[in-house]
Amino acid sequence: MPISPDTALLRAEGIAKRFGDNTVLSDVDLAIGKGELVCLIGVSGSGKTTLFNILSGLMQPDAGRVYLRDEEITGRPGKISYMLQKDLLLPYRTVVDNVALPLLIRGTPKKEAREKAASYFGKFGLSGTENKYPDKLSGGMRQRAALLRTYLASDGVALLDEPFSALDAITKSAVHEWYLDIMREIELTTLFITHDMDEAVKLSDRIYVLSGHPGRIAREIPVTEPRPRAHDFSLTPEFLAYKRQLVL
Amino acid sequence: MTKRLPSIISKLSPLIALAVMVLVWGTATGLQWVPAFMLPSPQAVVKAFVTDFPLLMQHASVTLTEASIGLLLGVVLAFLLATLMDCFSGLYQALYPLLVVTQTIPTIAIAPLLVLWQGFGMAPKITLVVITTFFPITVSLLDGYRDADADAIRLLHSMGAGRMQIFRYIKFPSALGSFFAGLKVSASYAVVGAVVAEWLGGFEGLGVYMTRVQKAYAFDRMFSVILLIVLISLLLMWGVTLLRKLSMPWTKKEKETK
Repeated sequence: MPISPDTALLRAEGIAKRFGDNTVLSDVDLAIGKGELVCLIGVSGSGKTTLFNILSGLMQPDAGRVYLRDEEITGRPGKISYMLQKDLLLPYRTVVDNVALPLLIRGTPKKEAREKAASYFGKFGLSGTENKYPDKLSGGMRQRAALLRTYLASDGVALLDEPFSALDAITKSAVHEWYLDIMREIELTTLFITHDMDEAVKLSDRIYVLSGHPGRIAREIPVTEPRPRAHDFSLTPEFLAYKRQLVL
Repeated sequence: MTKRLPSIISKLSPLIALAVMVLVWGTATGLQWVPAFMLPSPQAVVKAFVTDFPLLMQHASVTLTEASIGLLLGVVLAFLLATLMDCFSGLYQALYPLLVVTQTIPTIAIAPLLVLWQGFGMAPKITLVVITTFFPITVSLLDGYRDADADAIRLLHSMGAGRMQIFRYIKFPSALGSFFAGLKVSASYAVVGAVVAEWLGGFEGLGVYMTRVQKAYAFDRMFSVILLIVLISLLLMWGVTLLRKLSMPWTKKEKETK
């Protein structure tokens, strides 16, 4: 079920970007509804990261506009939070100070920012790590801390650029389960880059396939499997059918 | 226990080497292989150190004051310069070669000029210490700022951070490690710089004292001053290490786990 432009929380219209003679993106439209988890899948070089840079306001598009609710935010950072592939927890700040960083940047007083950040530690499975430095945390925990920071930075919408790609398969699968649970609870609207098709089908409500050169949205595939999805969803024929649509 | 043993040995080995050297020195002078007026015995140096102690302390306090004030000013100057140069790349390109050139000017050559310009008091000494110390700190700060993770800066941009916030949360803390590396080098330069400046003109300080005992051919007292300068330099460097540990608690914890 495609999202109509009126109900979309995040909306991009006619995005185009060129670097010199190289046109990377051309006429990209997308819309994400409140609470949706949407994946953007595409081969390397299809302009995924450029699109994310534009959506997050870090880069100006050559054409097109980005809207959050009804407000135009093209080229304005600080509205949509962006989580990169690396967790980027600052080694010189304790976990709670890392997580509180977006609040501090917005001008929240230090004590208040820390208290607010710490109040989510239980929910994100980070209790007891508040005053540790990030190098003491396991890979999965670091990723959760980074996600909590992304959540606190967001005004309802988060962009995640291959957030779990550095994790090993077993950790990744555990993080997926946890991630779907937490997403339901915090109601974060998410656009998610991945090149892992299993991950895309497993997590998404909808999948955009970005392909071609210049990159454009080639297909839009809704994943209608109800939530919570069974543990063996990835072994069902339906799952394979979704994957087949992606490969096509 | 077995793991600790090598670390104890590695800590002890320089002390053992030092002990052996002092022993050789003591034997050479004790058996008169070298005449006493040319190389005083370790005992004579220690004795000179003890008997001259009040006088040495009086001069040392002057030298230490010059070195500390100079180092402090050097740090402030380096911080301002490096931060400005990092903010404005034009300034970086214009000043960096000049900074390198200032380092090729021999301090021995400018010290007498400074005395001419600023008199025989503390001012020329402090100036010389500033000149010798600000360079390593500036360069290490500049390198530190440039090493800051570009992705971390991008992340903060995406959070809507301004230039000052990026400096405060990313650039400055990222540069701390190399800042202290530069400061440690500069701390040892500071004492030597002050002594050299005193040597070339002044009324008090270890450098002045040195020229006096040298002219009297009192080699035992000469050695005791050298010993004191070494101790003061070590003390300053140790102070920098302590300061680094206090201001960078995350590095300490890293070591504990290893």
